[in-house]
This record gives sequence, C-alpha cells and structure tokens, in this order.
Amino acid sequence: MMALSFDLALAALLIVSALAAVAGRGLFRAVIFFIVYGVLVALAWARLGAVDVALAEAAIGAGLTGVLLLAAHGRLRREGLEADPGAGGQGFAAIGGAGVALALGWAWFALPEPATATRAALDSALPDAGVGNPVTAVLLNFRSFDTLLESIVLLAALVALWMLARDGAWRQRLGLPQHARPGGVLASFGRVLPPLGLLFGAFLVWSGADDNGGAFQGGTVLAASLLLAMMAGLYLPPRIGERLWQSALVLGPVVFIACGLVGALVWGGFLVLPPAYAKGVILAIETGLTISIAATLALLVIGPPEQAHNSGGAA
Amino acid sequence: MNGLDILALSASALVGLGIYGLLAARHLLRRVLAFNLVGSGLFLWFGAAGACGGVGVDPIPQALIITGIVVALAASALGVALVVAHARLSGPTLPEEAPCDPEPDSGS
Repeated sequence: MMALSFDLALAALLIVSALAAVAGRGLFRAVIFFIVYGVLVALAWARLGAVDVALAEAAIGAGLTGVLLLAAHGRLRREGLEADPGAGGQGFAAIGGAGVALALGWAWFALPEPATATRAALDSALPDAGVGNPVTAVLLNFRSFDTLLESIVLLAALVALWMLARDGAWRQRLGLPQHARPGGVLASFGRVLPPLGLLFGAFLVWSGADDNGGAFQGGTVLAASLLLAMMAGLYLPPRIGERLWQSALVLGPVVFIACGLVGALVWGGFLVLPPAYAKGVILAIETGLTISIAATLALLVIGPPEQAHNSGGAA
Repeated sequence: MNGLDILALSASALVGLGIYGLLAARHLLRRVLAFNLVGSGLFLWFGAAGACGGVGVDPIPQALIITGIVVALAASALGVALVVAHARLSGPTLPEEAPCDPEPDSGS
C-alpha cells in the first residue's frame, strides 16, 4: 500500500514537471523544470531497481543535459533571443501527443508474456564474462560492439558540433569566456568539488565491475568535475587540435578496437573475450573509455569555439 | 493495477507530452527539451517492460538504455548548438512559423 502510494505520487510529480517543462511559461522556467524532471526520472529508475540506469540518468539526463540547456539559454539571452513565442497549432499537437500516449498505454496491456529465456541465458553466461555486474557484462562483453559504435558516435557528434564554429573562432578556446566572481559560490565550489568528483568518478568505474557503476557513470562524473573547473575559470578550455586532448578523445575507441583486433587474431573473432583474460581486458577498455567519455562529454557541453573577438572577455 | 503499470502508463503520458511539445512549441530550444522528454519516456516504458519478469529490470534493456541516454546527450548537444547557430542567423523560431513582427537583428 505504502509502495503504491509512493508510485502514484512519483507518477504525478513526473507528469506535472514534464508538463511544466513543455507547456509552462518562460524558457528559463522550462529548463529548470526539465532538470527537476530528470532527477525524478532517476528516482523512478531507482524504484525499478535499475541502479546503474538511475546513476546514468541522474548524471547525464538531469545533470549534463541541464547544464547544456542552461548554457544555451544564457547564450540566447546574450543575443536577446530567449523570448518564448509560446505554442502554435496546439489542437493538432495535442491530438498527436494524446494519440501516441494512448497507443503506448494500450501496447503496455497488450504485451505478450515476458520472455525469460534471455535472462536465463545471461545468468548462465555471466560466470564467463569476467565481471560480476550483469549490466557491465552486457555493455563490455556480450554486446560490446554496440558500446564500441556508441563511443564512435560520441566522437562524430563532437566533430559535427565543431563544424558549427565560425571561421574567425576556429583557433580560439572552446565555448564562451567564463566569468566567475572571485570568492563567489562557483569559484569556491570549483576548487572544492573537482577533487571529490575525481575520486567518486574513479570509484564508480572500479565498482562497476562487480557492483553498481560503470565507465559511463564514472566518466560523466569526471566530465562534470572538468566542466565545473572550466566554468569557475580555474582551468581554461582547450583549443581544437591540442594533442593531449585529441589523444584523450580517441583513447577509448582505440583501446577498444585494439582489444577487438587481438580477439580477432588470437581468440577467434572480433571482440571475443576468453574467460581467463576477460576481466583484465574489460578493465583496460573501461579505463580508456572512461577517459574518452569524460573528455568527449565535457567538450560536447562546453560547445564549439565562440570567442570571435580576441580582446580577452568582452562580456 | 500495480506499481509497474503506474510507471508504464506515466511513461506513456510522458512520451505523449514530449510529442505535443515537439509539435506545438515554437522556440527551438523547447523542442530540444521535448525531444529529450520523448526519449526518457520511451526508456522508462522499455525499462518497465524489462521488469515484467519479476526479478528486477533485465540487464540487457538496462545496458541498451544506458547507451541510449549517452547518445541522447550527444544528440542534444548537437541540437542545442544548431539552435544557437540558427538563432544567431535568423531568430529563435523556424521561419515559416515566426510571428509577424520582423526582428532587425543580425540579418547578415
């Protein structure tokens, strides 16, 4: 009974915050409600018992996406373009939205009996995976091709983002110049939180082998620490083409592909991991991936270089 | 009506709200936000379906969803950058829907 009322309250909060984010007045308020919504979704994942997804949703869905939208709102406001013209074609849109929602609701009750065969196959294969966390085993062993391609998709998105830079800004540092009041909240948090974030991010990666966590969650926490240091003005964002950063960006995919090729040459198939070496190889891939994910996500959120006039901060 | 049904039905409502925002919102940044709502609602629906077996959420959907969350962030970052670049050139709404007050800024 208690659990049911919790579920009902959570569902109500989810829908109200999503409604406020989509249809509420004012763009800034919409972004804030979206961040609230992200935290509530993370709570829903924890309620389902999917702690790895809850961690990813809290760090990425609420945290990084929120920073991204807030920064975009700030950029539009600098140009005087944040005025929200409201909604148009509401009747048509409402019919479309309600239709999709009803179809999904109907599909939920029309679902066939859950297939338990994959679950049984996974449980029996898990001892050979090299790691105890089944989600990590799926991500980096059983379906590692997905994860390899995903790490390349991230790089492709970053390259596409940089294509949006104007010619005059190409050689400048990434993003807008950051200003933090000395001694203010951002400046002090920028000093205190990154070391803790570093520790927690590394812990999440290590713990992801057998317990909750993983390369994506840990990498995101590291990216958030990097972003905080950049936004507090304590660490200047890099320029496109800095060797150290380029190496960090491609390290994960390169290690991943190298391990896959070793598998193809020695163990009989691309990305094949024999049980005896699986743990070591997975840890190597995870370490490389974490560094690449942290660098890629931080640079994705910072955005393309925009400091066209080189006068050092014409706000 | 158990907890899973409630979560799945609210996830359906979230997808519907996202579709509504995607179609109705004029400001492009709000459309990026609505796109994220569609994504996370679908993930939640998928996760609830993966939990039907009784013993927590199946790890295979969990891994796919984590992949999806990361890719959604990459897509949003690209979308937001496109919105900012488009807004600087021609205003924050799509041309055919712009309200009829011509804004004289940055018209190069």
